[in-house]
Amino acid sequence: MRAEQISIFLENKSGRLAEVTRILSENKINIRALSVADTSDFGVLRLIVDDNERASRALKESGFTVGKTNVVAVEVPDQPGGLYNILTILQNGNVNVEYMYAFVQQSGSNAVMIFRFDHTDDALKLLQDNGVTVIEGRRLYTL
Amino acid sequence: MIYDIEYETMPREALEAIQLRRLQTTLERAYATVPFYRKKFTEAGVMPGDIKSLKDLRHLPFTTKQDLRDNYPFGMFAVPMDTVVRIHASSGTTGQPTVVGYTARDVNTWATLMARSLAAGGATRGDIIHNAFGYGLFTGGLGVHYGAEKLGASVIPVSGGNTKRQITIMKDFGPTIITATPSYVLHLAEIASELGVDFKDLSFKFGIFGAEPWSENMREEIERKLHLKAVDIYGLSEVIGPGVSVECHEAQQGMHIAEDHFIAEIIDPESGEPLPYGETGELIFTSITKEAFPVLRYRTRDITAINPEPCICGRTLVRMNKVSGRTDDMLIIRGVNVFPSQIESVLMETEDVEPHYQLQVDRVDNLDKLTVMVEVGEHLFSDTVRPLQEIEKKITKNIKETIGVSAQVKLVEPKTIQRSEGKAVRVIDNRKL
Ligand SMILES: [Zn+2]
Repeated sequence: MRAEQISIFLENKSGRLAEVTRILSENKINIRALSVADTSDFGVLRLIVDDNERASRALKESGFTVGKTNVVAVEVPDQPGGLYNILTILQNGNVNVEYMYAFVQQSGSNAVMIFRFDHTDDALKLLQDNGVTVIEGRRLYTL
Repeated sequence: MIYDIEYETMPREALEAIQLRRLQTTLERAYATVPFYRKKFTEAGVMPGDIKSLKDLRHLPFTTKQDLRDNYPFGMFAVPMDTVVRIHASSGTTGQPTVVGYTARDVNTWATLMARSLAAGGATRGDIIHNAFGYGLFTGGLGVHYGAEKLGASVIPVSGGNTKRQITIMKDFGPTIITATPSYVLHLAEIASELGVDFKDLSFKFGIFGAEPWSENMREEIERKLHLKAVDIYGLSEVIGPGVSVECHEAQQGMHIAEDHFIAEIIDPESGEPLPYGETGELIFTSITKEAFPVLRYRTRDITAINPEPCICGRTLVRMNKVSGRTDDMLIIRGVNVFPSQIESVLMETEDVEPHYQLQVDRVDNLDKLTVMVEVGEHLFSDTVRPLQEIEKKITKNIKETIGVSAQVKLVEPKTIQRSEGKAVRVIDNRKL
């Protein structure tokens, strides 16, 4: 039920993010979701793309450091309190969210959030036990 | 085993008396027979007779690598060519090679020092020595060879290269000691593992490695992969070759200097002033028994410190630490001498960090500012920011603690560090001094 995210180390200087998107576009890879965490010196770019293997190979060949991480894509009901309910479930279950970001496409009428947990397996079980819909990686890449 | 009990365990007082007598003889001979030394002494206003104690050595001028180059090829020889029986030369990667000569007695002295060194590293008469140091103008191969024969061990003069054949020899001849450069021996281990040969099944007990700087981490790696105890050996052809100093396998902590043949000093590379035991500076050697090629206060450009503490092996000879850098690369940052190699070892000792780095020095508001740029490889990388920031902090702290200088650590993308002719540019000094 996990999805795979690739992450890229970027120096904090102009043009680096554009360079990543250029390489991906040249390789006909679609970016489905993106988030950047940065400090004054460097940033970590996280991406959900439609072909992880090809994307990380292309980026590595261009000299980037690329990592892979398991994340969880969760359907969030498009109504007030939708995200709050999910976060409450996680908090009560003692699962920590390292970070999260929104997925571009909706799943039906629901929003999709990408979560990175400290303990992915515990989080998955907790979410499923509480009836939260988790989107499988394969489906996510083609949403 | 101690090969030369008398000299290697001699009480310090007796040793120093011998050193002074041998030094005075060497000075007289060098002054009389080498025009270069006569000129240097005259310019410095000293005569051999002025040196009345070992402390007076500091009044003598230094000899540099450039001096040797200026006298290429035989200008520094102190004997006529008909008594020179051997010639070696350094590779000369940066300029003219330096050429050194040996009389028959010098060759014998060197063989004795190498027999001592091999014994200190664990070898005995009964051992078979796989000598993978290169034979030729380089002193490594022949140095070990003569020492092994003097010791009475069986030496396999396999030399460098042809790694697969070396592995066959190791399997078939069962050598118990290996001598090589540390980088070659790691290469050998890699090829052996590709060929499915496990060193556990070979007969090695000890390895004696040198001719290039290596770290404690490399020692651990070599010992683990080759199933042997590894010691460090030091030497340079200008002084005599390998065997100038060697670690004992009992302590594996610093190389005992053959002080009955060479007087070692540590100086501040900037001021040239001698430094006391324990302080880090440039290593200086004066040969006191060599006939063909005496060197007086030779500046090795190697950075180390001397430890006079007694050793568990029983040798009374002082020990020098692993060479931690070269004076050529030295940076002075806010008055502290910093060597790129020191930063490198801090990085190597920090988990997940690879030693791909560059130092940048700037002057900001009249203060030196050191920035250490470290490439982020796959082991170091994380999809969250915090571990990366923690690594930055950890490296900063380790540099401060081990080198005593404040640095700003900056993580950079791989391959951003400039490389010139395949070699990384380690230092960019932007100070306009
Ligand atoms: Zn010892």
